[in-house]
Amino acid sequence: MDPTATSVAARYTGARVHRVEDARLLTGHGTFVDDVVRPGMLHACFVRSPFPRARILGVDSSSALALDGVHAVFVAADLNPDVCERWYGLTGKNTPDTPRPPLAEDEARFVGDPVALVVAESRYIAEDAADLVDVDYEPLPPVVDYLQAHESAGLVHEGYENNVAGRLRGGKPDAVEQACDSAAHVVTETIYQQAYAPVPMETRGLVVEWSGGELTIWAATQAPHEVRAFCARLLGIPEHSVRVIMRDTGGAFGQKILPLREDMCLMLAARKAPAAVKWIEDRRENLMSAGQSRHEHGVVRMAFDAGGTIAAAQIDHVQDVGAYPTPWPVGTGSAVGMLFPGPYRIPVGSWTTTSVFSNTTGRTAYRGPWQFESVAREVLLDIAARRIGLDPVELRRRNMLDRDELPYANPNGMRYDHMAPREVFEQALAIIDYDAFRREQEEARAAGRYLGIGTCSYVEPTTSAMAHFSTEGATIRVEPSGKVNVYLAGGSTGNSLETTAVQLVADALGCDIADVHTIQGDTAVTPFGAGTGGSRSGGMIAGAVAETASTLRERIVAIAAHKLEAAAEDIELAESRAAVRGTPAVGLSFAEIASAAYFDAGSLPPGMPAGLEASGRYHNKTMSTWANATHVCTCEVDPSTGVVTLLRYVVSEDCGPMINPNVVEGQIDGGTVQGIGGVLYEHLAYDEDGNPISTTFLDYLMPTIAEVPVIEHGHVETPGPGPGGHKGVGEGGAIGAPPAVVNAVADALAPFGVTITRLPLSPAALMSMLDERPVP
Amino acid sequence: MPEVDIEVRVNGTRRRARVEPRLTLADYLRDVCHLTGTHLGCEHGVCGACTVLLDGAAVRSCLVFAVQAEGAEVTTIEGMGSAEELSPVQEAFRDHHGLQCGFCTPGFVVSVTALLRDNPNPTDDEIRAGLSGNLCRCTGYQGILAAVRAAAGRS
Repeated sequence: MDPTATSVAARYTGARVHRVEDARLLTGHGTFVDDVVRPGMLHACFVRSPFPRARILGVDSSSALALDGVHAVFVAADLNPDVCERWYGLTGKNTPDTPRPPLAEDEARFVGDPVALVVAESRYIAEDAADLVDVDYEPLPPVVDYLQAHESAGLVHEGYENNVAGRLRGGKPDAVEQACDSAAHVVTETIYQQAYAPVPMETRGLVVEWSGGELTIWAATQAPHEVRAFCARLLGIPEHSVRVIMRDTGGAFGQKILPLREDMCLMLAARKAPAAVKWIEDRRENLMSAGQSRHEHGVVRMAFDAGGTIAAAQIDHVQDVGAYPTPWPVGTGSAVGMLFPGPYRIPVGSWTTTSVFSNTTGRTAYRGPWQFESVAREVLLDIAARRIGLDPVELRRRNMLDRDELPYANPNGMRYDHMAPREVFEQALAIIDYDAFRREQEEARAAGRYLGIGTCSYVEPTTSAMAHFSTEGATIRVEPSGKVNVYLAGGSTGNSLETTAVQLVADALGCDIADVHTIQGDTAVTPFGAGTGGSRSGGMIAGAVAETASTLRERIVAIAAHKLEAAAEDIELAESRAAVRGTPAVGLSFAEIASAAYFDAGSLPPGMPAGLEASGRYHNKTMSTWANATHVCTCEVDPSTGVVTLLRYVVSEDCGPMINPNVVEGQIDGGTVQGIGGVLYEHLAYDEDGNPISTTFLDYLMPTIAEVPVIEHGHVETPGPGPGGHKGVGEGGAIGAPPAVVNAVADALAPFGVTITRLPLSPAALMSMLDERPVP
Repeated sequence: MPEVDIEVRVNGTRRRARVEPRLTLADYLRDVCHLTGTHLGCEHGVCGACTVLLDGAAVRSCLVFAVQAEGAEVTTIEGMGSAEELSPVQEAFRDHHGLQCGFCTPGFVVSVTALLRDNPNPTDDEIRAGLSGNLCRCTGYQGILAAVRAAAGRS
């Protein structure tokens, strides 16, 4: 595929090069969706249900419409009948799905459910008008707590008995029972995780303009082509009549991978509006209705022989999917079961997953959506180690997969390869100096201070070959001046895809990095691509660039060889120049070659097409590219206040050869701190009546710079099967951090006999655990 | 409520406008002055993304009305360095991967600029306390802490 690339050593790939995004972002010249202004643009605001469950008897918009500057008030009857199709490329047309109307029709199903859409001259007026829309509600008893949903008299959606959205199961439950019957130790716990959410700093938003039979959308999105295709199907118009543009998106973490109900409303309403319509979600809306994640529990069981070798592992997983999950949540739930065995040698396993509706905000994707597999497994392993009387690290050492056992099929059907679980585990322990910490901990305890250490080891399927994730295209154009443009689908939401693309192309073509520019995020000019998700961008962009650049290299080399009267195999490409090996003075700049290709095509070698651009598409045939990592952290817990202070934090990860270590470490750090927040601070909470009680940043507490530890990194590089060997790294931090923090806190409190099985670990929660601990 | 005439110096340029009393300074800067580098992350004064300098003091422009800036000097991110010539703080953020999506970044750059002006050699604890009112969801603050240390060393 890449016959001549070996003639130039990688110069930029692997280096900590400056990001090309930074100059505009640092100086306030980024273009986020709220920065887009269109002629005559109107502004939207949603009227949202104040009740968790209520019949909608009527909507009176007359007062709102009487307000100066109000253009329209849309209700369900205005927009919902226009829906043609509403399936996502991510899940495909034939996957089962749950209800997802644009506006609530006869019933509102959570506090924040959009009931009407006001369009006005300004957001200020739209908000005034939203207050004037009079909705006649008849409150109904809500299903607030998913734990009680199966026995609730009410149904969130008709037709879903016991409020169950779906169930799946796998593995060999009978074999697990047999293993447990004969095991020396069987450890069972029910582990609960609270709801928290992606919470990007930029909320959701889009500008939709219908003009001359064409629709243009400026979006905050991870996947512009998904938005385009979805919108075309939604409205029943040709895909090429929709153009989606995104430049800068202010974080997403899963929340912006699929158009949600508000996006559908804007797409439908814009066709009825005389000008572009902008909707920018405010923070209260974001925390109330942009979705919840992580709210789930598992009954987890592991069997061990007398020496601590794992004989079987089982998880019965139940997740809260709220009222309107996106996408179909049952498939994601199954990943919890299939990944539950993690990086350990486990002969038999079984799993079930149940998705349960409630009258709360719908479940949406969040960085490592299956993350509970690691929470359940790693927290249980620490509990088991204490019960068996082994150090948790020793228990893991006895069960960790070795590289020479790969490929290895876990008992639930996942086939692992190209990873190094034991290497990252031992590297992380060495960096933190585990044995030294145990000594320090002992001395601290003697002095009345409670320190703890916790680990989490996980494996992660990245760069999926599932459905539309399996290919990625690139167009590379050497412009007539010799400057290079690479066109990619994009969907960068902070993950540095522009820098990544520029690095890879500069190496693949042998040009100076300053000569390469990239255009991403505009469906009118970029090849189809599935966007950012599933830790796929690095590996897939590398594949697309390799596939495309190889063709272009051959042509550049052939033109240079022809003009220099040299053999093609003697041409070297470096620093935007094609030169004869051993005679560097004899050569042509890319500018000279491009000039010939565009303006003097007669001088090209016989049969060579004019111009200098190529398009290619990488097809990834490996179902999962496995990344893996170990997180280790230490903490101190003040048993008189319940306050947890993290002391040191180490992540050792194996994402294969890094394209840019700054970007890799940045992804790990960001994910890790989100995971820390999820354990210690963040809780997307509802009261018992179904009211959301964390809809501001004074209530929904995210980590600040004052709380976070310095994160130390170790890298192990086991190349994956794809071009360059790059593996995904975007999600892992958010998977590995929560169990490591929980285990560190549990370790600190071990002298008190506390067993932690319920999150979050707020000071109040820890104090109540300490108060309720069993009397020794 | 009748509209009010205001005069504000924004990044050294005198600007006159007639605004609703309820218009926030942030919306005035973004929608009236078309300076969209000031970002809104919460509109209730917690996230710090909208931080600007008002007569030199770092303030949350979502919690200030435009009419309160009458006669004042406002400095936004657009008044601090350029793509061609980054300020020392901006350069340090670039060098230390102190930003990813860039949405919170203008607020951080303004806050750090004010912090280092008032305390050119902050300790780590002083950096952490000084920036605890700015939220970032991408970086885990690792590159930001490193950037502020570096910028302090330089200034």
